[in-house]
Amino acid sequence: MAATRKHMEELTQQAESGDAGGQYLTFMLAGEEYGVEILKVQEIKGWGTATPIPNTPDYVLGVLNLRGAVVPIIDLRKRFSLDSVPYGATTVVIVVKMSHEDQERTVGLVVDAVADVYRLESGEIQAPPDMGGAVHTEFVRGLATVEEKMVILLEVDCLIDFKNMHSSPSRSPDADKAQVEAIPEE
Amino acid sequence: MSVDVNMAEIAQLFVEESLEGLDTMESGLLNLDLGAADPETMNAIFRAAHSIKGGGATFGFTEISEFAHHVETLLDEMRRGERPVTRDAVDLLLQSVDCIRDMTGSLATGSVDTARAKELEVQLETMLRQKPGVGAAACGSGHAAGEAAATTDEARVADEADEAGAGWRIRFRPGPGIFKSRNDPLRMFRELEALGALDVKAVGAEDLDFESLDPEECRLGWDLVLHASADRETVEEVFAWVADECELELEPIPGIAADDGPASEKPPAQAESLPAAAKPAAAAAKGTAFSQETGSIRVNIDKVDALINLVGELVITQSMLSRYTGDFDFTQIEGLREGLTQLSRNTRELQESVMAIRMLPISFAFSRFPRLVRDTGNALGKKVELKLTGENTELDKTVLEKIGDPLVHLVRNSLDHGLETPEERVAAGKPETGVLELNAYHEGGNIVIEVIDDGAGIDKGKVLAKARERGLVAADEQLSDDRVNNLIFMAGFSTAEEISDLSGRGVGMDVVRRNIADLGGHVSVQSECGVGSKFTIRLPLTLAILDGQLVRVGKESYIVSLVSIVETIQVCADKVNQIAGESELFKLRDEYLPILRLHELFGIQADSARIDDGLLVVAEANGQRVGIFVDDLKEQQQVVIKSLEANYRQMRGISGATILGDGTVALILDVPGLIQLYCDRNGGVPHHTAAVA
Amino acid sequence: MQSVLVVDDSASIRSLITYVLEQAGYAVVVAEDGEAALEYARTNAVDLVLTDVNMPKLDGIGLTKALRELPHYRFVPLLVLTTESGTDKKMEGKAAGATGWIVKPVDPVQLVGTIRKVLS
Repeated sequence: MAATRKHMEELTQQAESGDAGGQYLTFMLAGEEYGVEILKVQEIKGWGTATPIPNTPDYVLGVLNLRGAVVPIIDLRKRFSLDSVPYGATTVVIVVKMSHEDQERTVGLVVDAVADVYRLESGEIQAPPDMGGAVHTEFVRGLATVEEKMVILLEVDCLIDFKNMHSSPSRSPDADKAQVEAIPEE
Repeated sequence: MSVDVNMAEIAQLFVEESLEGLDTMESGLLNLDLGAADPETMNAIFRAAHSIKGGGATFGFTEISEFAHHVETLLDEMRRGERPVTRDAVDLLLQSVDCIRDMTGSLATGSVDTARAKELEVQLETMLRQKPGVGAAACGSGHAAGEAAATTDEARVADEADEAGAGWRIRFRPGPGIFKSRNDPLRMFRELEALGALDVKAVGAEDLDFESLDPEECRLGWDLVLHASADRETVEEVFAWVADECELELEPIPGIAADDGPASEKPPAQAESLPAAAKPAAAAAKGTAFSQETGSIRVNIDKVDALINLVGELVITQSMLSRYTGDFDFTQIEGLREGLTQLSRNTRELQESVMAIRMLPISFAFSRFPRLVRDTGNALGKKVELKLTGENTELDKTVLEKIGDPLVHLVRNSLDHGLETPEERVAAGKPETGVLELNAYHEGGNIVIEVIDDGAGIDKGKVLAKARERGLVAADEQLSDDRVNNLIFMAGFSTAEEISDLSGRGVGMDVVRRNIADLGGHVSVQSECGVGSKFTIRLPLTLAILDGQLVRVGKESYIVSLVSIVETIQVCADKVNQIAGESELFKLRDEYLPILRLHELFGIQADSARIDDGLLVVAEANGQRVGIFVDDLKEQQQVVIKSLEANYRQMRGISGATILGDGTVALILDVPGLIQLYCDRNGGVPHHTAAVA
Repeated sequence: MQSVLVVDDSASIRSLITYVLEQAGYAVVVAEDGEAALEYARTNAVDLVLTDVNMPKLDGIGLTKALRELPHYRFVPLLVLTTESGTDKKMEGKAAGATGWIVKPVDPVQLVGTIRKVLS
């Protein structure tokens, strides 16, 4: 019990200090192994058909019902401009929490298969090499070598663009409020 | 749970309560008949002021309690019939209500502006000094008595320094009835003992006749010697509760122990310690930020009981259904079906009851109008009678909070532009006093609010001319009367010849329409020149649930709010015209409406390529009608609105999402957003054009 | 645990007094006007009643009178909450059978002190 708590504290500290060390969940994508910080992972679920959202980038497959919440689903192959393959038996959705401008969102990532969980010290993680813009290095937190394989560690928060596409009057409750308040009070 | 948090919560309660009390005062004051005030109403107004004063003082909001004290004094004189209820007094009180409301509201900021209060305080004091018409003598003598008392107090304070010494000889002879009020001499002696050593000697015991003794009567007296440097006031305080039913004589014992220091030092210190004790409470209360728009809601206990009953029924249904989880055979299917029917009924009722918790009567929004109409009418020199009906019609708290401002605007508009001056009315053969009605009622899943005036009505010629001048309507365009009237809701339109003080605030009717549209509602106007106007607002009862129509485009289903749907039609291809090979228009009765092909806007596959294969859902938003082209209509259903933004972001043309019965997500269409999207794509504003006959 | 019946039409004052008295170890019952308090008192005994004066329906003076007529309230301490200016209210309360009064604004420390004294 005490050990577990200590472990949790370490993990939390690492997460807070921005230290890249910690536990990573890894998954396969087009033959490469990628890792995401395990503290960001909410759950792993099987693939189910999403409802497409019109006028979004093609890597946004749509939205899914996750126990009453409407959650966007991203195809990571498409996000990384990799060739698409038909979804198979091992295709899973890794549900992660993304932090963006103080808002935490839940997003599903479609990957080929879940691989493993590793514990990595920050010393084992190298900064991503500059590849001259050929690869989306902004998603990459660093590289690590585990059992002589390369694991690409992802910066989860950067995987999706949450910026609202338009500034026309919206129907969101917050925007409603702002507009109602725009009427001068007596 | 810390003390501070609790005090802050309670102080917040005080703020809410005060605001309610102020509403009571305001509506009460507005209902007062000058000269002959209803005592019940007068008492209710007084009580509200009294509570605000008391609460203000208790929670350390002295600015409020001190000001409320003046208001209370004036009200007290009025309710006792010592002062007539004059228009001036009522006006001053109404201003004071506003002032207290402002102060209460600004408790949130922590800094209360007392400038206005100071100003009004002077006026209140002036009024209080003026001899009231009735019972002047009583009031005058009251003042005199107060002053006299003050003088005595001062004299006493002066004495104390000399008096307080080594202690007091106290002669205490309680009346026989002292026990009846449950006052116990022993308690008082204990209190005295807390001040210093006490010698107690009972007197009169020798005269007691035990035969005829009534144990409920006090037949004894006491002589006490208190060895304490307490001042007279402190000692008298102990007997304060029985001062009216006892003989009490205090004789100071000359100061022997001079090295105790000046005896008079202690009492002030003690006196100070009492108010100081109240400070933590006040400080805790003040330290918290208040907001008037609280997240809390007061729910009638009946509604909660109804919910509990429903949950009870649900439990019964559940246990009934659980019988089928074991060995199931088809003979039981009838029972299962019955159980499921019951479950769906329970669920629906539970949903309705839960929604009902958020429902509040529209009287909360209406209550500001008597005052507003009175003040605005006075300012404009118009005579107005306000009629309110359906005040108990309920709607969602959020909708209620947001409908206030648009309603104020409509009412102002009617007062300013609709109703005529008394002279104009008489000249037009109408009664001098105009009538403004506010009605609310439920219709289907909507609440309808009407603002009706019997004023001049909308001058259609003027409206049309202005619309043409502003380029909102083509010069040769012919519009129906109804269309002309509703032009006033278009952006950049204002009929006011000159910007008046009241409605010319740079906010037009277009803002009213947009705000109502943002609530998922709709506003329209009917008007007859010389007879009056009627504004009708239609709103969904709640923002969380929407009555939707499922439409199908290819493999996708979308939801369109039923409020925005005018009708659904099938059009023949020959009724459709193409402008410059781009925008498609179809003719619906006397106007041409643009066709929005949803599959094109959304970049998806539709089944129907030809216009006569699918359906046109005629929808209206912001006064703009369009035909949305879809493959098919599916069922209508109530849907719970989920935000897309919570986990993703706002999307053009989509107002949210919902989860359908099969667990899949369906998107809810945002009609105004779709129109905007269409305009951007087609590079122009689609406007309905009158069909050339 | 000794019980106190608190009667005040102001919810915030009721909450405040309840909070203060509960912290001091008393069991508190509240009523929002004299009528409700009397209704409760008819079938329930308490150790002390603390009532506001100005209330709708039945005021504190009326309540005091009515309570004293109930056999089980004849010797229960009844305290009225008055404003400092209300000397006549204090006397009116006394005449109606009140034990004493507590001056508003309520000072939590003083309130508890007074009630302790009366109930000791």
